Amino acid sequence: MNIYAPGRERLIVIGNGMAGMRTVEELLKRNPGRYDITVFGAEPHVNYDRIMLSSVLAGEKALDQIVINAREWYDRNGIALRTNDPIVAIDRAAKTVTAASGLVEPYDRLLLATGSRPLAPSIPGLHLPGVCAFRDIADVETMISASQRHKRAIVIGGGLLGLEAANGLSKRGMRVAVVHLMDTLMERQLDPEAARLLQRELDERGINFFTNGQTDEVLGTDRVEGVRLADGREIPGDLVVMAIGIRPNIDLARSAGLLVNRGVAVGDDMRTSDPCIFAVGECVEHRSKTYGLVAPIWEMAKVCADHLAGGEDTVSDYVGTVLATRLKVTGIDLFSAGDFTGDETTEEIVFRDPARQIYKRLVVREDRLVGVVLYGDARDGAWYFQLMGTAEPLGELRDAIIFGQAFAGGKEADPAALVAALPAEAQICGCNGVCKGAIMAGIAEHKLTTLEGVRAHTKASASCGSCTSQVEQLLVLALGEGYAKPAGVKPLCKCTSLGHDQVRAEILAQALKSIPAVMQALGWANDDGCHVCRPALNFYLLVAWPGVYRDDAQSRFVNERMHANIQKDGTYSVVPRMWGGLTSAKELRAIADVVDKFDIPTVKVTGGQRIDLLGVKREQLPAVWRDLNAAGMVSGHAYGKALRTVKTCVGSEWCRFGTQDSTAMGVALEKMSWGSWHPHKVKLAVSGCPRNCAEATIKDFGVIAVESGWELHAGGNGGIKVRVTDFLCKVETEAEVLEYCAAFLQLYREEARYLERTAPWIERVGIEHVRERVVADAESRQALNRRFLDSQRFFQDDPWAEDAPSAPASGAFRTLATVE
Amino acid sequence: MDTLDLVWIDVGALDAVPRQGARVVKTAKGDLAIFRTLDDAVFAIDDRCPHKGGPLSQGIVHGHAVTCPLHNWVIDLDSGEAAAPDRGCVRRVPARLEDGRILILAS
Repeated sequence: MNIYAPGRERLIVIGNGMAGMRTVEELLKRNPGRYDITVFGAEPHVNYDRIMLSSVLAGEKALDQIVINAREWYDRNGIALRTNDPIVAIDRAAKTVTAASGLVEPYDRLLLATGSRPLAPSIPGLHLPGVCAFRDIADVETMISASQRHKRAIVIGGGLLGLEAANGLSKRGMRVAVVHLMDTLMERQLDPEAARLLQRELDERGINFFTNGQTDEVLGTDRVEGVRLADGREIPGDLVVMAIGIRPNIDLARSAGLLVNRGVAVGDDMRTSDPCIFAVGECVEHRSKTYGLVAPIWEMAKVCADHLAGGEDTVSDYVGTVLATRLKVTGIDLFSAGDFTGDETTEEIVFRDPARQIYKRLVVREDRLVGVVLYGDARDGAWYFQLMGTAEPLGELRDAIIFGQAFAGGKEADPAALVAALPAEAQICGCNGVCKGAIMAGIAEHKLTTLEGVRAHTKASASCGSCTSQVEQLLVLALGEGYAKPAGVKPLCKCTSLGHDQVRAEILAQALKSIPAVMQALGWANDDGCHVCRPALNFYLLVAWPGVYRDDAQSRFVNERMHANIQKDGTYSVVPRMWGGLTSAKELRAIADVVDKFDIPTVKVTGGQRIDLLGVKREQLPAVWRDLNAAGMVSGHAYGKALRTVKTCVGSEWCRFGTQDSTAMGVALEKMSWGSWHPHKVKLAVSGCPRNCAEATIKDFGVIAVESGWELHAGGNGGIKVRVTDFLCKVETEAEVLEYCAAFLQLYREEARYLERTAPWIERVGIEHVRERVVADAESRQALNRRFLDSQRFFQDDPWAEDAPSAPASGAFRTLATVE
Repeated sequence: MDTLDLVWIDVGALDAVPRQGARVVKTAKGDLAIFRTLDDAVFAIDDRCPHKGGPLSQGIVHGHAVTCPLHNWVIDLDSGEAAAPDRGCVRRVPARLEDGRILILAS
């Protein structure tokens, strides 16, 4: 009930959305008794978090979880809420508003927070059932209900909103096509390179893209059936979501005679051309700019509340906002802010790591950071954003700035340390403008232990949620181990919503013993999967059921099917095994003969101490192998997610520094482990003394001889991201080296995800876990060792030998027919 | 085109191509990849990925599509088109099954 109390001024708020209610919240903080407040909303709901609609669509949140202010809040603060009753007219002379219901209410102050409307192109077919926007709860309900009855969705618009819609619909099991007018996605927030990475990632998730696509017509008779593009392409679909943009909702302001351009014009004090009428949010045009993101709207709300709460002499100005964007599509780390396109007055610092899908670009003008785009690793977004805000000269910081705060500050690149190093005033939550100090204070004051608690009390990560990981780091910082992080899972591929670990667990739990059985039992989206899941499933099955599972050649990558390494011209490279890097005159002669006989163009010594024969044609492979087999050589598995080489130095047999026979140890390790399949390639090395000439400390498993025995190391990598091994333990005998190595390899085979090398696997599970299973727990080690050796009984056969079970059917190498 | 010029040529038995696999037929216009999908449909397309010329016959076959072994472009066997965001098209040759034999249309 809104009881008119004499002496109180009347404030009417038009619009029950985020901007209007945030302004009211800020006003109540400043001057709770000044106004009788009435709120009119067009939607039949209380105030909710529009940004989280994409989480509702994606099934991550229920509708009641996105309510910002429940009915009790309105009641408690004496606010009269009229939902489902839009204001249709403002009479500025009489100072009244008229609602659709006919109700006429007087005001002293009026706050316009009418938000925006989805843009719609003028094309035929928009009236059809199955066409909707992505703006309010009703739209989301339309989309969810369509996803339950229909299969194919089309999203028009590849901006932030469109991609969120696409991701959500895809998560609800629909096949989604995105039509985007421009060449690259999110062109207002991303430069083309980051946009392409994003497109590739979403494409991997099964979303199809039609860029440079202008939608000409929505097709259908009784219901939407698809869209036609200007170039004639037709895309079938049962749901069409228009997400091409928003437009400030200014109709009411215009008919009231207020000054409007693209939006309702306001000054720095958030007043419209009528001093009694304020406006905030997406309906506003301030200094010729309109805003569609939440951070500037929160700033507007504060300024507007200052003026509503204070007198005519209040000094509080909104001066515009530099925008930072984080994309909140699950699993994609993306950040952009400021002027990231640059011009002739700017310089760029760019970092690319294509294998890890990381791209960073900083734009610098006159030694100051003015723009940033981060893809794949956005942890430093807040720091860069802060640097942009302070606008201090970079100076020496410039040398290392691209590597992020941890490196530029000379500290370790540990995300916890990174957040710990942030100053208290560093902004963590861009949406709600919450700094680190406020979050830490909130945790302490309210004894918060959960993310939800922090969200409720500080609003940090409560809007778009993309700073969640940083807020969690702060919880860890404040509570230490007392904070338990909830887990999210990345799907194995676009055919399933299950992650690698879940699929593996189900294979064992349900005793699934073939790829079709896995796909059927776990509800795969495509009948025969895709090139991502099939090789992974093949590997998981052969590790789970050695000797039982029948290897599926058609689910192996070409190299493992052809037992040779495909090259850029479609020819292959052949690498015979050289045990521990040892070879002989006989072997070298046989290799030389093969090179001559088959006219092999290139012969190269590999980094793994073997010889690579490059440029062998597919049809030649069986004959090449036959000749190499005849000289006693077998496949080196240089092509496989398998045990590759065991690199050695000459050791005590020859070297004057050698302490142990590293070559013999290497040969023994290779004889034990060759033929084993792994999540990724595996390289071993044995050095005969701590000089470590075999580079054992950048191998997956490295052995270094010392006077009293052998040091064992694990998890090294010499690739794109060099990682030095972790020390595992020291053992005394060769038999122990073999046992520990087999146990380590088996643990890796059983626990790492397909295509995850030992280095990232250990980074993920921690070396302590490996030490526990392989070193501390002897029973566990022996069991792992047994399982490895048991599996090896089935896999130590030379795929090159004609009678080997894994020998390829020769038809694969021959031409089916020749036609003129 | 005069239909009289069109001749169906027998290139081999269906059994000679594994399900979810491919074999190569040599022609005057270059290698042709003959695919057999899980549902026993057959397709013939140029054995050259529009991206960098990779041998499509060596890729993993899934649904009516093949993933190029060089850089994971996915080519739709029905249309010959590369899946978005990649763009390109492979020449298709009509292929059909008759009495367990694979026939392709020579022009």
